[in-house]
Amino acid sequence: MIEPNRKGEVWVFAEQEDGSLNEVSLELCGKARELADRLGVKMGAVLAGANVRELSYRLIAHGADRVYHAHDPKLEQYRTMPYARVMCHLIGKYKPQIVLYGATALGRDLAPRIASQMRAGLTADCTDLDLGDHEDKRAGEVHKNLLLQIRPAFGGNIIATIINPQRWPQMATVREGVMRMNDGNPKRSGEIVDERIEFDDLDLVLRIIERHREPRKVNLKGARIIVAGGGGVGSKDNFKLVHELAGVLGGAVGASRAAVDGGYIGKEHQIGQTGTTVRPALYVACGISGAVQHRAGMEESAKIVAINTNKDAPIFSVAHYGVVGDLNKVIPTMIEAIRERGTA
Amino acid sequence: MGYDCVVCVKQVPDTSNVTGDAMKDDGTVNRAALPAIFNPEDLNALEAALEIRDRFGGTVTAITMGPPGACEVLRECLSRGADRVVLITDRRAAASDTLATSYILSQAVRVLGSYAFVFCGRQAIDGDTAQVGPQMAEKLGVPQVTYFEKLVDLRDRTVRVRRNTGSGWEIVESPVPVLITVLDTANEARPAAVRRLIRYKRSRAPVEIEKEVALAMPEAPEAARAAEFARRVQALKDAGLLITQWSLDDIKADLTWCGLAGSPTKVHRIQSIILTKEGYTEIPPTKEGVRQLVHELIVDHTIG
Repeated sequence: MIEPNRKGEVWVFAEQEDGSLNEVSLELCGKARELADRLGVKMGAVLAGANVRELSYRLIAHGADRVYHAHDPKLEQYRTMPYARVMCHLIGKYKPQIVLYGATALGRDLAPRIASQMRAGLTADCTDLDLGDHEDKRAGEVHKNLLLQIRPAFGGNIIATIINPQRWPQMATVREGVMRMNDGNPKRSGEIVDERIEFDDLDLVLRIIERHREPRKVNLKGARIIVAGGGGVGSKDNFKLVHELAGVLGGAVGASRAAVDGGYIGKEHQIGQTGTTVRPALYVACGISGAVQHRAGMEESAKIVAINTNKDAPIFSVAHYGVVGDLNKVIPTMIEAIRERGTA
Repeated sequence: MGYDCVVCVKQVPDTSNVTGDAMKDDGTVNRAALPAIFNPEDLNALEAALEIRDRFGGTVTAITMGPPGACEVLRECLSRGADRVVLITDRRAAASDTLATSYILSQAVRVLGSYAFVFCGRQAIDGDTAQVGPQMAEKLGVPQVTYFEKLVDLRDRTVRVRRNTGSGWEIVESPVPVLITVLDTANEARPAAVRRLIRYKRSRAPVEIEKEVALAMPEAPEAARAAEFARRVQALKDAGLLITQWSLDDIKADLTWCGLAGSPTKVHRIQSIILTKEGYTEIPPTKEGVRQLVHELIVDHTIG
């Protein structure tokens, strides 16, 4: 645990695998840059691995003022304990006020181990971050400019804002795809700080025997946002609209049985009683009439948007928002509105 | 000599059945209004431990932290095959965040004595944080293996398991003791055995017996109730049906690490999301309408 340190930097843990950066780390650089500017402090990224120093320049281009780089052959493949050692050592040395991690399988494995060792607070799976004051009425104190860690909780039924008023650094894992990645400016300058870390025997006790990477499969279960198309989409070609909307939302593509039977998309995308059952934060149903078998697979989604030309389609009975209209017009308008959101 | 396993289980509100009635006026969740269930992935953790015991020998001890009602999941552990169960219940543990919870559970594991494995479900459905397992591993000073998919080998106090890495899988080797968090795809939890179900239905923790005695003898003097309590506790103990119950004192917990005091994270604000679906908001299929929709989805953090 470190004391609140108002001059502390805002940090991002730069996640890399086999020498390539996970995009979420660049998304976080953009957010951390913004937070650091608002706090008037520097932004740092921690990059650990073997022979990955080159990646520092991308982190700098995306906003880092300093990259703390730990090179060691022992860090070539991710293992929890040596990586936690790197982070704890550097947090103790530089006392950042905020440390952000991607809420990936790796980030969710690493961050809690660090939080436990540092006795610091950690909020999982944030979907937004902000700064704000917190009044502790009981103690009669106001904590200024805390990191507001915003996340859905309780199965997505509530939105909680969590803070760590006293035991710093303030740490959070952030979902992939919720922060916008900036374009990166290759002309930005920054400093690379090379660090040497000592490991003890326990750090290295776990051995990796075999590793196997699989290309990402359709992951409807884990998707926070799903855009699904039905028979009303009309053709395989037209189904591109559904893919495109899912793309700008950072979501997965789903389908009703009618769309699968129509050959618009593969069966692995099918949602419903015979397909996958999903409960994402947002479900956009495009041209899906909403047969009971389909509704059974998606009606527990936190937010449902239905787009259909038929105002009597049963899908509207489970929708929170309904657009009665032609998806060929509505989807492009939506895509445009989403792309413009930063400027609105 | 076998492998002694500890399994951490949690009773959780069934978050897939949340209605408006489940929210209190202050925006917090009224857990009492929701059906309480066995956290799904903790069943997979229990199964992983039972499989190790059945193949290699050893014991399975299930522990839970919670109010007296959490005994329900402990009874379920017993009827599914656990050898021993422990309830950690203490008002001073209330409002613990994941860090304080992991401290309390790790203290309980220490008090249990030597162990080869600690199994946890990957995450609980009421918080979805997946933090308690890794935090316990750190507190116990043992390696952690998260996202367990299957056991590959176990010999000479060294285990090989396959874990999911999010972008594929890997096989890792660790000496025991080790803490493992288990995915729902790892196994199929065995059902309760009927004979065990019938037998352990009667198991009780002291805190439950106390309540039952108070209900059964509302008018009796305190001394009589105390005697009846002692009699029932002894009878259950003799029958091997007494659930071990520990307070924070029993696990030698440092109170500054527990409950609110031990929790670095605080709730700043809670907003509830629309919990009833009575009709939908109609959005006109115009540019303005769709923009308004996108705006609302951004404001309520549905999209980033």
